[in-house]
Amino acid sequence: MIEFWILAILMIASAVFVISAKKPVYSVVGLLGNFIALAAMYLTLQAEFLAVMQIVVYSGAILILFVFVIALLSSGVTPFDVGPNRARGIGIPAAVFGVLALGAIVVTAIRSGIHAGAAPGGATGDAGVFGSVASFGASLFTTNLLPFEVTAFVLMVSVIGVVLIAGDEGPGGVPRRKKRRAIEREPIVKPIARVPR
Amino acid sequence: MSIAPEQYIALSAVLFFIGVVGVIVRRNPLIMLMSIELLFNAANLAFVTFARVWSNIDGHIFAFLVITVAAAEAAIGLAIVAVTFRRTPHVDVDEVAALRG
Repeated sequence: MIEFWILAILMIASAVFVISAKKPVYSVVGLLGNFIALAAMYLTLQAEFLAVMQIVVYSGAILILFVFVIALLSSGVTPFDVGPNRARGIGIPAAVFGVLALGAIVVTAIRSGIHAGAAPGGATGDAGVFGSVASFGASLFTTNLLPFEVTAFVLMVSVIGVVLIAGDEGPGGVPRRKKRRAIEREPIVKPIARVPR
Repeated sequence: MSIAPEQYIALSAVLFFIGVVGVIVRRNPLIMLMSIELLFNAANLAFVTFARVWSNIDGHIFAFLVITVAAAEAAIGLAIVAVTFRRTPHVDVDEVAALRG
């Protein structure tokens, strides 16, 4: 269990660094450490496929997206810096209630008595079967095939949404599509149509 | 191999708490999005822990779906942030009113 404590300390420290860093780039670095530690934590829980997915999807795709957006936004004239935190009137009560809720969750989790031996079927001592890519894929493509296909739909909708949101205008707020030429053409057509009136 | 689910759940709760504090306290929308990623990861850790405790692979499926939704959320959120900041160079979510209904 020594690896659990090392990884837990790493994850908590990196998460605190994420929300307390001065610049978003530093937060990305902290988030990277958090994701890699979480992937290692998945390995201690026999979730091999999810550990690989964690590194590939999160560290490989989402973090690069964050880095690209930060680089895009900070390339402007004004230096991209962090605004101040919110008013302390919000932060301190949020922290107090958050600590109370956290204590409630921890106490409930400890007192509720979830033990591996008490679970129906018990924990599998078989390290090669549970959580392997084969068992994960077998469940994903037989029992949970519909959610898997809905996943594809969700990703398609998000891609279309991103294109609709961000793909309309070029730098400087100028529309990339040629709407202005269409507007300029309108007076050429309309007076001819209005002549009979 | 002896696992202690309480420790994993407590760690998940701590990470979730840190993410919530980040969302509430920070005003930079990029760091707020990163805090939301922390929330997703905390939930995923709880899912995987319960899957291990109950020896049921469905928790892994849930975590997989959460990863997918997190990817979609990051893409759309970052697109909105980029478009918003291209119009008004503010980094303060309290002053951005373009999406206010």
